Amino acid sequence: MTTISLAMAVVVAVLYSVGFYLLLQRSLMRVLLGVVVLGHGANLLLQLAGGPPARPPILDGTGDTAGLADPLPQALALTAVVITFAMTTYLLALGYRSWVLVGHDEVQDDLEDRRIARRRTVKASMGEEVEETGDEVGVDPGSAAASDDPVTSTADVR
Amino acid sequence: MTTSLLPVLPVLLPLLGAAATVVAGRSAWAQRAIGISVLAAVAAVATVLLVQADRHGPVVSEVGGWPAPVGIVLVADRLSALLLLISTVVTLAVLVYAIDQRIVDYGRRTASTTFHPIFLVLSAGVSLAYLTGDLFSLFVAFEIMLAASYVLITRRTDATRIRSGMTYVTISLASSLLFLTTVALVYAATGTVNLADLATRVADLPTGLQTVLALLVVVTFGIKAAIVPLHFWLPDSYPNAPAPVTALFAGLLTKVGIYALLRTRTLIFPEGHPSTLLLVLAAVTMIVGVLGALAQNDLNRLLSFLLVSHIGFMIFGLAVSDAAGIAGTALYVVHHITVQATLFLVSGLITRRTGTVSLDKMGGLAKRAPLLAILFAIPALTLAGVPPTSGFVAKLALLQAGAGGGSGTAIVAGIVVLASLLTLYAVVRVWVRVFWGEPREPLPDNDPDDELVVGTARTSTPMYAASAALVAVSVAIAVAAGPLSAITTRAGDDLVARTPYRTAVLGDGGAP
Amino acid sequence: MTATPDARVPWDRWDAPTEDWMLTGDPVVSERTLLLELAARILFPTVLVFSLYLLLVGHYGPGGGFAGGLVAGLAFVLRHIAGGRSEGAEIGARVKVRPPVLVGLGLGVAVVTALVPAAFGAPVLSSAKFAFDIPLLGHLDIVTSLALDIGVYLLIVGVVLDLLRSLGSGIERDAREAAAADDAGEAAA
Repeated sequence: MTTISLAMAVVVAVLYSVGFYLLLQRSLMRVLLGVVVLGHGANLLLQLAGGPPARPPILDGTGDTAGLADPLPQALALTAVVITFAMTTYLLALGYRSWVLVGHDEVQDDLEDRRIARRRTVKASMGEEVEETGDEVGVDPGSAAASDDPVTSTADVR
Repeated sequence: MTTSLLPVLPVLLPLLGAAATVVAGRSAWAQRAIGISVLAAVAAVATVLLVQADRHGPVVSEVGGWPAPVGIVLVADRLSALLLLISTVVTLAVLVYAIDQRIVDYGRRTASTTFHPIFLVLSAGVSLAYLTGDLFSLFVAFEIMLAASYVLITRRTDATRIRSGMTYVTISLASSLLFLTTVALVYAATGTVNLADLATRVADLPTGLQTVLALLVVVTFGIKAAIVPLHFWLPDSYPNAPAPVTALFAGLLTKVGIYALLRTRTLIFPEGHPSTLLLVLAAVTMIVGVLGALAQNDLNRLLSFLLVSHIGFMIFGLAVSDAAGIAGTALYVVHHITVQATLFLVSGLITRRTGTVSLDKMGGLAKRAPLLAILFAIPALTLAGVPPTSGFVAKLALLQAGAGGGSGTAIVAGIVVLASLLTLYAVVRVWVRVFWGEPREPLPDNDPDDELVVGTARTSTPMYAASAALVAVSVAIAVAAGPLSAITTRAGDDLVARTPYRTAVLGDGGAP
Repeated sequence: MTATPDARVPWDRWDAPTEDWMLTGDPVVSERTLLLELAARILFPTVLVFSLYLLLVGHYGPGGGFAGGLVAGLAFVLRHIAGGRSEGAEIGARVKVRPPVLVGLGLGVAVVTALVPAAFGAPVLSSAKFAFDIPLLGHLDIVTSLALDIGVYLLIVGVVLDLLRSLGSGIERDAREAAAADDAGEAAA
């Protein structure tokens, strides 16, 4: 079982808490930063799982393996770094797309959720016509949530 | 051709297909032909793997010739081969369904350069998740699968879909990073990431550490499988995607989470007695999911909540954690992959016909589209578990396992029955509001340029054929319930015994 | 773009390069930097050669397909930045291969390389070494995993080019269109 130094444990803890804090924000840009920081934390932890710093794990033909670092966590971290990198790029693109479409990059509320919460009674009775709260002609099924009467976007509420 | 090549093909063939479809990006028909033939080939390979695994034990492939536990191994035992087969069949049907879905990129009228390649990459990720024999490759498999799913769910986004996409991506990223943390901690504690090797090493750890690792695993895969209270993202994000994408996600992605739980719980953290935590989670998931479904007015959201509810059924079998419970879960996963995907595909057809997903604005569809009514009725009743459907067979297996597990499991088994009845109520409610009553005129398509063609009475042969094929598969599961449950029983015995898997991966040294 | 001898070169264009291999399209002169352009001009081929070096030494030294591909991608990024914002023609237009095709080819090469050993009865993804003695170059060790690296190299270059196209030129185009729409709106008002 590998143990790590206190300083590194603290660094990992700080990275995780900062990362998760940012992940909980509404702005996708902060979420992106959160993912980056959290990814660093996870990769650092993965590195530390290999034990304390040691000689580079390169066999130079002498067959001398004493004091070599564990190469596996390094390989794992390398893979994880690449994956995090790809996700960062993707999130950037998504944030940009959101900015183009809605003018900001904040994650908004689910309108269908709100609408169900606002219904006074659960209209579970079968076959009954359900009265409408809003006039909804021409609902695009791809955006059923958008068909509500003006539950304003979160940006306006806040 | 040696058998050791077989487990590699379900991963590499779709990737090769993805490469080919990217290069053939200008021809939609070439893309479809490549995608369908690749998935058909993978289904054939999965069938051979299942027969091999059932007759001669797990098929192991050591990638690059490095033996376990040092190298990466791909293992196809009964469970993974069976799930691989059914997943590939469903993926194939969804791809056929998507032939008639208008899939275009921005500013283009013809083929999409992204849909088919990403679809096949997703399929490769799912295959890798089922077949991989080490924890880190499982992480990579999840990332391949999720990255592909991010693209599929945010392709051609409008302002509504981008919200659901953001929710989905953020939650998935959080769970992925949690998974990475788990891998790091597991490696730090044991010095290995090979699942078969972990089976012995984790048992030597202190109990507290074992509990922490086991909990991390449950939370990580619990988010992916949408177990209550980690389910909030699912009804929020799935319903807004196009029907084929939703069907694929609902059928496969959550089930891969269940598979990962099944594999790690049986192999690494076996408890040998019913797990109280999982029993509670199962009960809560079943009830919260189905009650959520009853409150919905949006057909796709309703189905998403039912999906959450039925995740609880699978967790229940896992919580019982004896051979019968595991076998019941395996059978339930097979049944549920098929039926949930079918329901979402049929929901897409209903939307196409009526122009809306709102139950309030539908009605009288039974007279106008009788074929659609049949296609909805069979999977709906199967989901509720009405005899003699495959849902009944799978639930019976779970109930039998629950009855044999002690008083705690017996109570939750009662909740299984209750949740099944409520599911029946939910689908009957949909039936009454969509198919009975006054026929309504379809609503017009208010965005003719997007990928959804709605409010049309034109029947689409590929869409109906794919849905009907999946209905036929679920009927076939009911007809072949005897041999199928024999396989899942043997798979359950294997998983609980743990020896076949470890011996196959590690050689004779794996025997305890 | 190319200044023909008889055409009078506008005074603000006299420093524009006459070959078009380097630019991303018709440059907007005000947004170009002479220094950066010159640097890009010298660096672009050098960096590409260096990326090939990284690709080839990858088996025994630091480097490999991923690193080499990224370095080559950086060369294209440099070219993109030096070219200023592009009107119409994008970086993808100068590179005759469409980026997705590059990605597909790279992935295809990598997967086929993984599968080829199976044809010789070896496990998937295993590699073999061939040693040559070539005059002038001396002793060469070629490992078959080089083919996998080449696949990765192509894939990464394709990805970077696609990123430059969608997130580079694409965003610039969107911004220009938005600005044009604003102008039109103001003019109408």
